[in-house]
Amino acid sequence: MSAVEVEGLARHFGEREALSDVSLSLQAGQTLVVFGPNGAGKTTLLRVLATLLRPHDGDVRVLGSRLPSEAWEVRGRIGLLGHEPLLYRELTARENLRFHARLHDVADDRVERQLELVGMGDRADEPLRALSRGMVQRVAVARAVLHDPELLLLDEPRSNLDPAAVAMVDPLIAAGSDPARPRTRVICSHDPSGGLAEADVVLGLRSGRAVLASAADEVGPEEIAELYT
Amino acid sequence: MSAATGDARQTADPDSPAARRPRNTQTTTVVRALLRKELLVELRTLESVPGMSLFAVTTFVVFHFALQRSSVDGDLAAGILWVTLLFAAILGINRLFVADADQGGFDGFLLAPVERTALLVAKALALLAYLVLLELVAVPAFALLLLGPSLGQAMPGLLGVLALGDLGVAAIGTLVAALAVRTRARDLLGPLLALPLLVPIVIGGARATSPLLALGGTGDPPARWLLTLGLYDLVFGLIAYALFDFLLED
Repeated sequence: MSAVEVEGLARHFGEREALSDVSLSLQAGQTLVVFGPNGAGKTTLLRVLATLLRPHDGDVRVLGSRLPSEAWEVRGRIGLLGHEPLLYRELTARENLRFHARLHDVADDRVERQLELVGMGDRADEPLRALSRGMVQRVAVARAVLHDPELLLLDEPRSNLDPAAVAMVDPLIAAGSDPARPRTRVICSHDPSGGLAEADVVLGLRSGRAVLASAADEVGPEEIAELYT
Repeated sequence: MSAATGDARQTADPDSPAARRPRNTQTTTVVRALLRKELLVELRTLESVPGMSLFAVTTFVVFHFALQRSSVDGDLAAGILWVTLLFAAILGINRLFVADADQGGFDGFLLAPVERTALLVAKALALLAYLVLLELVAVPAFALLLLGPSLGQAMPGLLGVLALGDLGVAAIGTLVAALAVRTRARDLLGPLLALPLLVPIVIGGARATSPLLALGGTGDPPARWLLTLGLYDLVFGLIAYALFDFLLED
């Protein structure tokens, strides 16, 4: 079953084309890793798939629903971890997660479990503004997977994390191994070897255009590195 | 919108089929969560209510000296009270969505399977709460610094007029704030959009309040102006309800 199907996607901001004629296909349970230099359109692609930006041209289907007309059907089935943590600085980690739990109709015991899983159980009652960026990122990971989304959109998910924190969050953002409940992932990365290791499909963007679209096992790190030259 | 029950909540067993089903969260639950978040953020930052209250009190002090008279009543008193409350409200309106826009709250909300109207209701209720708190400070300060006649007899009528005015300010303020906050010139655009829309509330509020604050006043606001305020509230409540979804769209 196809989880993400994009054909001829275009998106612009005023005169600037952020995405142009981008096509991709991703089966349920697969991981797509998107590479590309800064400004290539990776974040815009994630935001379109997250239903936060409208495609200006092309056909976009996410989890079987066409965007933007059927976006309401997939909200709640998507988890987004972007550059912004989507958390309130004045609220504590626990308050932030409980707030998102209410929005997604998730029980509080899952909030407590997520806090423990990201190692924030003992700092859960401190306001986010008092936490380090790495700690905020851990809370943001917990927020993104709180409702156990079928499609996980991750923009450099390990940024600001130390190795111990990476070890903690990696299982949370991993692709589902159970075929009965596959988790599809789209990950933006600047790490060719690390990205390729977890990719099933690779997309290379440059200036909003797809210059590389291939199965991960057909691409080498050197081809990824060329995107940045 | 389908209402989710407590049983359908994602429990400690995320593998259950119920936990995997997409859900729409009950709107009242979402409104409560949004309102609680709003009030918590205000309580921790004190960015809106203290500023609004201080502005109102300072303005009364300025009027006290600028008018060079020890007390005011009737039309003048009503005008000073409502114009001051209006400008103080603008401060709160301008801050209403700033934390959401700056800290990604909009995106977090838009990703959730919830009625977007819940945000309108919660924000309007929060603004209403700020206005009530403002008036708890501003009205006694006004009575102390400027008002000639005693407020005692006028108070029940004044509370009614203020309540009607606050409802309108909350509906219009929330609508305008949601529109302005996504623009680069939000600090300028908010007041520019809000002021013309709020003028009828000031007119209606001042006309309804004027007899209450007159020397030997009746104690009852004119029904005509109360109806005008009520109708204006209703119209803008419906407009806000109809337009709010579109304001949140990309």
